[in-house]
Amino acid sequence: MNDLTDVYNELIMEHSMNSYNKKKLEKADYEEKGHNPNCGDEITLELKLDGNVIGDMAFLGHGCAISQASTSIMIDTLKGKTIEEAKEIIKTFIEMIKRETKNEEDLKKLEDAIAFKNVSNMPARVKCALLAWHTMEDILNKK
Amino acid sequence: MNMEQIKKDFPILENRKITYLDSGATTQKPVQVIKAVEEFYEKYNANPHRGAYSLSIDATELYENTRTKIAKFINAKQDQEIIFSKNATESLNLIAYSYGMDNLKKDDEIVLSIMEHHSNLVPWQKVTKKTKSKLNYMYINENYEISDEEIESKITDQTKIVGITHISNVLGTINNIKKIIKYAHKKGAIVIVDASQSIPHRKIDVQDLDVDFLVFSGHKMLAPLGVGVLYGKKKLLNKMSPFLMGGDMIEYVYEQDATFAPLPNKFEAGTQNVEGVIGLGAAIDYIENIGYNKIQEIETQLTSYAKEELSKLDYLTLYMTPNKENHSSVISFNIKGIHPHDVASILDSEGIYIRSRKSLRTTTYEIFRNRLYL
Repeated sequence: MNDLTDVYNELIMEHSMNSYNKKKLEKADYEEKGHNPNCGDEITLELKLDGNVIGDMAFLGHGCAISQASTSIMIDTLKGKTIEEAKEIIKTFIEMIKRETKNEEDLKKLEDAIAFKNVSNMPARVKCALLAWHTMEDILNKK
Repeated sequence: MNMEQIKKDFPILENRKITYLDSGATTQKPVQVIKAVEEFYEKYNANPHRGAYSLSIDATELYENTRTKIAKFINAKQDQEIIFSKNATESLNLIAYSYGMDNLKKDDEIVLSIMEHHSNLVPWQKVTKKTKSKLNYMYINENYEISDEEIESKITDQTKIVGITHISNVLGTINNIKKIIKYAHKKGAIVIVDASQSIPHRKIDVQDLDVDFLVFSGHKMLAPLGVGVLYGKKKLLNKMSPFLMGGDMIEYVYEQDATFAPLPNKFEAGTQNVEGVIGLGAAIDYIENIGYNKIQEIETQLTSYAKEELSKLDYLTLYMTPNKENHSSVISFNIKGIHPHDVASILDSEGIYIRSRKSLRTTTYEIFRNRLYL
């Protein structure tokens, strides 16, 4: 395995221990639960839309550092994006974690979420990193 | 024989330079088991019970001799009480389908301990739904043990089946199976013991226990993956209908009907995992060669050392009974504020393999310590 600090880097540790995105929204338009039954990680995502734009997001839940930080950083990345942009970013993130893309230009879209790149070297943790992103994908597909 | 010598028998420990503490998931294999499988393919490979030629007869002999070896190993009365399966899970499903489905009626009760592995729980949910019987649980007390009062209040006159693990793969608690079996029999219930975790650690004597069914997996006792055992009392197995249908489990086959072979073939449909069975025989030889006394001596030494050292860490919580005599070599713990999966990844980077998972509705780690691998 790579150096651990590649995965448990400062940004991820900060978001996992004390995330400002971990709260309840006043009036959410959409709510979706995500769950990894094997490890028990659980999140509830809340989403508020301003027309076609992601206005506000928040989450509640519990789990490992990677799943919690990934949720929080996803929220930072997607806030203010249009639904179409968000779908594109989610797709790129999933491809990065599954090692299906290494296109540097594409990866730039991920902003801080690029911090999870090294999780792609830890097959056992891939599902932790993807939990929030799959849950968000579900919300956007249902809409 | 000391620990260092034993360690040398496990090539993977040297090849990968690891500290393997997940024997509860599967044990590593000693070179003696690996060689036995190799030798089978180099000298004896044929389908047992099939051919009239000497190679098949040799293969049959090796396969059946292992059955005899296992019968002796757990002190079964007869060889035909030993059925080969894929693993403990398949053995338990066989009992659930061929005994549970046919014998339970509405309002009958199945009693399980809350520390059962999913393999001794989910099949029974299916049985109770189908037969409209009930599923009740024996819960653990503050010492992570099942108390006598709990046993006596949950096993009732309505109870027909009791399922209990000998040693918990989560807590390391050694259950008083002899007492449970005695009490269940008094109430007219049969008892199934899951010995998957205990069989490499404790001598099992099915006659002394008077247990009705006992199951275990080969791969948790140094044998290859994909072979398991079901022990059942002959009078129960004889009355049960077959579980899987196919070749080698039949007597006569007509267009619309078939009659079935006697025990044990009745429950061994299709070509079996012969290499696994041969490997299991070698694993039993290996365990008997070291001896349960020696195994327990090393195990006690390692467990007390681990407990002592881990207790010094104030950020760590241990989940185990304080009653030493009721605790085996599984150690569950939590690190305050850090999720088990993060701990497992961090230890992985140091070449230490533990199990992390949520269980018993609390988040616990399991370090599976096995006397052979430290």
